[in-house]
Order: sequence, then C-alpha cells, then structure tokens
Amino acid sequence: MVGVATATLVKNSRSTRSTIALKLLMAVTGLVFIGYVLAHMYGNLKAFAGHDSFNEYAEHLRTLGEPLLPYSGLLWVIRVVLLVSLALHVYAAVTLWRRAQTARGGTKYVVKKNKHSSFSSHLMRWGGVTLLLFIVWHLLNFTVGKVNVTGGATNDPFNLMVDSFSVWWLTLIYLVAMFMLGTHLHHGVWSAGQTLGFTNSARQRLVWKRAGLVVAVVVAGGFSLVPLGVLTGVISK
Amino acid sequence: MKLTLKIWRQAGPQAEGGIRTYDVDEISEDMSFLEMLDVLNEQLINDDEEPIVFDHDCREGICGSCDLMINGEAHGPEVTTTCQLHMRSFRDGETITVEPWRAAAFPIIKDLMVDRSAFDRIIARGGFVSVNTGAAPDAHATPVPKENADRAFDVATCIGCGACVAACPNGSASLFLGAKITHLGELPQGQAERDTRVASMVAQHDHEGFGGCTNIGECTSACPKGIPLDVISQLNKDLRTAIRHGH
Repeated sequence: MVGVATATLVKNSRSTRSTIALKLLMAVTGLVFIGYVLAHMYGNLKAFAGHDSFNEYAEHLRTLGEPLLPYSGLLWVIRVVLLVSLALHVYAAVTLWRRAQTARGGTKYVVKKNKHSSFSSHLMRWGGVTLLLFIVWHLLNFTVGKVNVTGGATNDPFNLMVDSFSVWWLTLIYLVAMFMLGTHLHHGVWSAGQTLGFTNSARQRLVWKRAGLVVAVVVAGGFSLVPLGVLTGVISK
Repeated sequence: MKLTLKIWRQAGPQAEGGIRTYDVDEISEDMSFLEMLDVLNEQLINDDEEPIVFDHDCREGICGSCDLMINGEAHGPEVTTTCQLHMRSFRDGETITVEPWRAAAFPIIKDLMVDRSAFDRIIARGGFVSVNTGAAPDAHATPVPKENADRAFDVATCIGCGACVAACPNGSASLFLGAKITHLGELPQGQAERDTRVASMVAQHDHEGFGGCTNIGECTSACPKGIPLDVISQLNKDLRTAIRHGH
C-alpha cells in the first residue's frame, strides 16, 4: 500500500489518545513488572536455604498482612495488579506494533543498515511474545495447574521445583525464557526511563542504560541460579 | 571514479517502481553526491532518457531538501546531508544503492522525491510562538540562561529533512517532534503555548500516520545535525505534563 498523506489539520487534540500516552502506559506497567520480578527473584533464592526454608517462605507469602488481610489476601492483590498491568502492557504493545507496520509503508528498503539499535531492542516484540507464552506455561507449572512432569507430588513447592528442573528440556525452556527476560529488561528499563521523560541529558541517558543492563543481569542471572543449582546438584531433595 | 548505481525509479505516486542500474565514469572524488547525480542526469538527457527526479535546494547542508537513502543509510555514510556528502566517501568501482525515504506519511511523488508536507502540517499545529511583531525588541530584554540558550540552539539546527523517519523501523517522527518541542520549550518565549503546542503537534504527528517511538536510536544516528535522543525524552515529559494539565 502506498501511503497517502492526509492534508488536514487535527482540530481537537487529546493527549491521552496519543501514541505517547500508549507508551506511557507501557512504561508504567513495565515498571510494575520490574518491581515484581526483582521481588520474585529474591524469593526464589530461598531455594538455596533448603526444603523447609523455601516452603516456609511460600507459606509466609500467604499469611503476609494477616490479620488485616485475609489468608492469601496480599497474593491476590498482587495477582490482580499484575494481570491488569499485563493486559494493558500487551494491548499497548500490539496497538503500537500494528501502527509501526503501517507507518513503515508497503515497500521495504532494498538495502537498510541498522547503525545504533541494540541487539536487545530488536528482540522486544518477539521476545515479549515468547515471555507471554512462557508466563502461561510457568503458571500452569507452578501455580494454577501444578504440573509435575516427572509424575511426582505437586503439593510440596520445593519438591515440585526440584522435580521440574531435574528434567533437562524444562530447564532449557526456563533458561531460554530468562535470556529473553534479560534482553527485554535491558532495553525495557532504559526505554521506560526515556518514555517517562527522565533522560533529558547525555548523563541521565547513560545512567538509565546502565541501570537496564544491571537489572537485566541481576534478574535473569538470579532466576537462572535456581535451575542451574538443581542441575549442578547444589539444590536437591 | 567509476561507479555502478542502483537507483529506484518510479514514474508517479501510484506507479509501480523498481531498481534500475546505471554506470557512471570519470566521477571526481571532490564532487558532492548530488553533483554525481547531475552528471548521471546529463548522461541520461543526452541518451534521450528521462532524468532522475530528486529533491535538492541550497546544497549547503542547511535547507533540509535533499533526502536520499544511500546504501541503506539516510544521507549516506557520513553525519551530514546528501548534498554535503562527497564522493571520496566511496570507493572506485563501488556499487551504490539509492532509494527514496520510505514511510507511509512520506508518499513518493516521483523517483527519489517524496512528499514531506506532513512535517509542514505538524509545524503548522504549534511549531512557532505567537507574538505581535513590530520593532525588534532589545536583545537583552528577555534574559535566557546560557544552558537553555545552548540547548535550544543545538536542537534548532534540525532542518526537517526526515532522515529520522526514514531510518526508524517504526516510521516515527519523534526525533523531529522532540527537536521542535525542546527548541521552543527551552526559551521564555515558548512557555505560554507549551502545553497546547505539544498536545497539538503530537496529535498531528499521529494523524499523519507516523509510528510510535521504541527508543532504539536509529533516528539519532541518521540525523545529519546530530540531534540527540534526549529530545524525545523531553517530548515525552512535556506531553506527560500536558496530560496532567488537562490537555
């Protein structure tokens, strides 16, 4: 399709309906996820403290806030916030992705060089799709369905985790997903800072880019330690 | 220098286009890229062929008219405009692919020339300050801090060539928008219309069919004036502020 310029001026501008508003939505929901994965990753490291410590932590999450909150109350608050954030994040991503495809025009460049964009930034969209599929599986594995692929018990969080990571292909799926999460965070943290308007100088830009790298390595690395711990026998039943 | 040129030819806006190959010889390395195309066009006219249509005006790197995608890079391999790009940046015997800017909001008029009036309409929606003209005010009547004056001046060098859009995988004009918003937003004269400016210009940008920004930075690497990415952060911040103020 050859684009045809619309030679009209917009009369009523509503900033909340703009592409930048969608980006702001992505950035804010993205920050919610960053906070969540940091906390989740920290909790997972309890696996190195052994069976009882890990399971106590899992139970403690459910009693957190009691008696002010009911049993599992805080967990449900977090779940609702995450689900709403996810829906908004995906909605904004899909809308902007489709818009970008139209905006690029119908004919591709015969030759096109990418000079500045990082490897991580190229993985954002398909990496996001990968993460979405992973989240579905991850919830089936450990939360909603509690699938134990080795056929063992599912009512013991620590044992379910060790059983799961004793299967090589499941470990591989998790490590690939953590690589994708790392790249998503690497570009995403910086991108959120830029979208929220926190990078108004070369120095601030550098700070946010470095923060992206640090968060990516800490989160993806921290999560990966657990399956690698099971693989090397550091964590066992 | 002897060169093989692969150039996009398209008879009109709706016509089917394609790459045609031409050979040119005896090109001086001191010629600009456009002078090299002038040589080719003279050759085509002598051969009774239609010359290649391309945009150009000042040929001094300040008007923003020239706009060629050269070997996959907007304005070619140097940080400058196509008119200020010299043939010494290429090797003898090299094959050079020349294409028009590609974006839905920049429809092709003919060959390498595209319609960039979408930028004019964005400017018409707020890329100015409304003041009564008359006698020029004293230069020191409105003091501007040096930092702000420098930043405003640096981004005011944007010539609106559209290289940022051409290089962007999302077809976004955010760098252009950001340059204009930052330029006027840094100055006292730009404050009165600051919120309405960003709201209107962003709405026009979206209306023209440009894409959203993903902060990857292809635009800034293509910009012949080296406009930095932080103008897009400033644009986002100004729009966020405008939303808070109810625009």
